[in-house]
Amino acid sequence: MATVTIADDHTQFYHPKTWIGKYVWSQDHKVIAIQYALTAIAIGLVALVLSELMRLQLGFPDTFHFIQPENYLQFVTMHGMIMVVYLLTALLLGGFGNYLIPLMVGARDMVFPFVNMLSYWVYLLAVLVLVSSFFVPGGPTGAGWTLYPPQSILEGTPGQQYGIILMLVSLVLFIVGFTMGGLNYVVTVLQARTKGMTLMRMPCSVWGIFVAAIMALLAFPALFVACIMTLLDRIAGTSFFMPTLMSMGKNPGYEGGSPILFQHLFWFFGHPEVYIVALPAFGIVSDLISVHARKNIFGYRMMVWAIVIIGALSFFVWAHHMYVSGMNPYFGFFFATSTLIIAIPTSIKVYNWLLTLWRGNIHLRVPMLFAIAFLFTFIHGGLSGLFLGNVSVDVPLSSTFFVVAHFHMVMGVSPILVIFGAIYHWYPLITGRMYNEFLGRLHFWITFIGVYVIYLPMHYLGFLGVPRRYYALGETAFIPHSAHVANQVITVAALVVFVAQGVFFINMIWSYFWGPKADPNPWGAASLEWQTPDHPPKHGNWGDKLPVVYRWAYDYSVPGAARDFIPQNVPHDESAKYHKT
Amino acid sequence: MSLLSRLTEKSWEGPGADALDPASYRPPAARVAVIVYFGVITVLFGLVSMAYMMRMGMPGMGHEAMGDWRPMPEPPLLWINSFVLLLSSLAWEAARVGVRQGRTELMRRAMLGAGALGILFLAGQLILWREFVLAGYYAASNPANAFFYLITALHGLHIAGGLFFWVRAVLRLYAGADVRLPVELCAVYWHFLLLVWALMLALLTST
Repeated sequence: MATVTIADDHTQFYHPKTWIGKYVWSQDHKVIAIQYALTAIAIGLVALVLSELMRLQLGFPDTFHFIQPENYLQFVTMHGMIMVVYLLTALLLGGFGNYLIPLMVGARDMVFPFVNMLSYWVYLLAVLVLVSSFFVPGGPTGAGWTLYPPQSILEGTPGQQYGIILMLVSLVLFIVGFTMGGLNYVVTVLQARTKGMTLMRMPCSVWGIFVAAIMALLAFPALFVACIMTLLDRIAGTSFFMPTLMSMGKNPGYEGGSPILFQHLFWFFGHPEVYIVALPAFGIVSDLISVHARKNIFGYRMMVWAIVIIGALSFFVWAHHMYVSGMNPYFGFFFATSTLIIAIPTSIKVYNWLLTLWRGNIHLRVPMLFAIAFLFTFIHGGLSGLFLGNVSVDVPLSSTFFVVAHFHMVMGVSPILVIFGAIYHWYPLITGRMYNEFLGRLHFWITFIGVYVIYLPMHYLGFLGVPRRYYALGETAFIPHSAHVANQVITVAALVVFVAQGVFFINMIWSYFWGPKADPNPWGAASLEWQTPDHPPKHGNWGDKLPVVYRWAYDYSVPGAARDFIPQNVPHDESAKYHKT
Repeated sequence: MSLLSRLTEKSWEGPGADALDPASYRPPAARVAVIVYFGVITVLFGLVSMAYMMRMGMPGMGHEAMGDWRPMPEPPLLWINSFVLLLSSLAWEAARVGVRQGRTELMRRAMLGAGALGILFLAGQLILWREFVLAGYYAASNPANAFFYLITALHGLHIAGGLFFWVRAVLRLYAGADVRLPVELCAVYWHFLLLVWALMLALLTST
């Protein structure tokens, strides 16, 4: 494969010779994907440790003296921001997007490999800036992951001195880096599909990542603007968001700014962000369920349309995060309505997943276990979302643990379960080796049962009115003793789940070196990424000739076919008749 | 094939559209990337404009006017700079015409002129900033000032980014490489930024 070209580009493909060129300053989408994923997981582990520290404090107050109130706020802030932006967004789009898009659409690489590489290095820089805020005087910001001004930049908030500045700079860098990556993902899907790969022949994974990338390109500018303006308020003394106020008995000199303006900008990014994380997970889980149930995805077109509709609708619901900020009741009515309308395409997807399982030839392998677990947690978190979408229910529940339970179920646990499923599913492709099935199952069951023990009681705590964000509950009349017991149980469960993740890492690392060699297509998947000439695929992916696609990605258990799946690049002939529906 | 028929394709049925050859009907990836990036710029400046109107207390935008909004003056230099940007855009258009009609000399001259005018525009904007600062219009002293600096900075950064690609195109030109696509994309990008500037100017001067 001396002179290969990217699908629509006639410039020659650059093959690096040195180790550094291949694995560090790499322009290969697969290497960049691994870099993205490992960085995201590493910083995600930091956020995981922070959450365990929070749980220790909540479960056993007055025990851990190194956790002071301001530390607790810093943990809340950094845990939230890292998990949402630096872990989930980066892992799903930068990791899986990079790895899967070119392989699944039959391209040799992203259309702009150099920009793709740059995207990763800017992301790494953003992560390093964020991490550095742990080591500056005053520590990282404790403003809450939403960074609402005025408190986020006023004296008295932890990390007001340097932490908040580093956080904002890091976010700006992340957005710049992500925009480079996002342009690549979108244009690659549009331009680099191989012959025969029509839009509606793309696997759901690609559709989910594609729509999420478009959404991210349109939503992140809002966060970008909000960060720049907050930075100017903090450094240059402007008053974009800062109202006239007294702080610590002094007038800091701000005048007439609008804190609500920040909230609008933040949530115009923040709500689409939920779906930027969810849509790739939706897409990937569709493929996992279809492959491991040996059945075509039920209602493929509906699944794709639902992804597009959810993506579009999610730009019209942002103010449902601001019910308690005060707004015109008609606005509240509008945003409650649009929020509840999203339930329609979402439930189409849920029903289609269930109907794909219906009478399928279900193989309960580790990826499938995680996919089915996702259905549980997602339905669960989605239903509590229907409660919170209503203004009158949200207002009393907004500052309680009910909200914590809701969003962790729907956008914390659910995408993470899909990510685990996806890692197990594509591990043989990425490494060429098979993981240990028993350890995978052990990891699954502890994680799945564990998250229910953690988050189910939080709903009840929320109904009792236990407030979130509080360092300690103290002695209060409305919080019964049982709530404290529940908190202890949650903390113990959280620690168990935390330790269980070690099983996952041991499995992944051990199998990488000593696992048995995997079959080229161990799951019998029909989509293109398993049909490469080399296993794992090499730089350029397809050898000398790009694959030609003749069918959709879901020809499973086709009547009359020799095997229970027909890869996308197998032509139609007598031996492999397509089925009529 | 229209978008609608693409998105309603029943891909599970028989041999579909395998006849399509990507290389023959798809525009260059860079052109699509520029168009997608226009979407990003539109959202960026759209949101800044919304913030601008909300902060100044335009009725119905959810924030009461605080009476602290004192509009910036409009010195002649603001209009001169705008005119320079317009000329720059026209020069790019001339370069594009040169590409289309195969007039290499016109393309080369127009291209160099367009970039020089782009640099002149940025220099003019910096002088404008300096004049405002010397006259006491600091970013911190008034929200209108702060928005002015923010908007001009964001726009200027995009022009600077365009100039980066201009430099690359010039280097390619003198290396004897094909610059048809870069010229075309730079021209379209410049026109788009001219449009953005016109809208921002309208916002800044009308309020």
